[in-house]
Amino acid sequence: MRFFEDIEIGWRREVGSFTFTADGIKKFASQFDPQRFHLDEEEGRKSLFGGLAASGWHVASVCMKLMVADGRRQIKEAAARGEKIAIWGPSPGFRELRWIRPVLSGDTVSFASEVESSRSSEKRPEWGILQVRNTGTNQRGELVFSFLATAFAPRRNAGS
Amino acid sequence: MTLTFEDFPPGHFGTFGPRRVTREEILAFAAEFDPQPMHLDEEAAKRSMLKGLSGSGWHLCSIMMRMMVDGFIGRTASLGSPGVNEMRWLAPLRPGDDLTLDVEVEEARISRSRPETGLVTFKCSARNAAGQALAEMVSPIIVARRAAGQAG
Repeated sequence: MRFFEDIEIGWRREVGSFTFTADGIKKFASQFDPQRFHLDEEEGRKSLFGGLAASGWHVASVCMKLMVADGRRQIKEAAARGEKIAIWGPSPGFRELRWIRPVLSGDTVSFASEVESSRSSEKRPEWGILQVRNTGTNQRGELVFSFLATAFAPRRNAGS
Repeated sequence: MTLTFEDFPPGHFGTFGPRRVTREEILAFAAEFDPQPMHLDEEAAKRSMLKGLSGSGWHLCSIMMRMMVDGFIGRTASLGSPGVNEMRWLAPLRPGDDLTLDVEVEEARISRSRPETGLVTFKCSARNAAGQALAEMVSPIIVARRAAGQAG
């Protein structure tokens, strides 16, 4: 992960892809979102989604999973270059989350992150605050998912 | 009876829960979807900004969704949601927390593109047993209107 000072507006990462299976969709839905169109193929076909659709929270959680894995890759790469490692802080929330198109069983979604804006934190001078647009695109190139996350990135010289 | 658009006038809708969140659930969700040390490792969590083991914010979102489904969406003519206007993670979710969900209807309007449906915007707040607000979410849900001629 990068330090706040090293992050430019527009910095983009492809964070990875994930294929949603019928079993995975039903497993997540039965635990967290047991609505009929997330649990049964026929009910999904009859719904606005037109097929067995992943819960929107499943799509969001998979996006997080891939972002954490990508963060680990970045940490490894930085360590291999002998650089000081930046660990980002917890997020205070997000805005503008849109489930733009359904994610149906068999769909593969590729996620990307792009920094939209940044500012320093008045309350926490050792951190900078970023607005990061995270998106998901399916195998047909259609945008299916988007949200604007707020993130804390550490400053390079915090504590010095 | 199935709830329809007409059953969601603006104002307080209901309070749901409590729902206990166990350490095992927190660790299982984090291992699958958010394997950051602050959600998985007691020692690393103590040193983090959250000062102790905490559940993933996405886990809290997912539990809030389940509480809404159990509370009312399961018996509502819901057609899904286009998204979340805003989600604020206000305080960490801790192992053993008993969550209560307060649900308010912020706005209810008939859809222009699909007039047989309406868009109901909910504001949902999750709090722990001490009354501390953990998260606040504003999200619309598409709900079918009562069919013409159907008894109120």
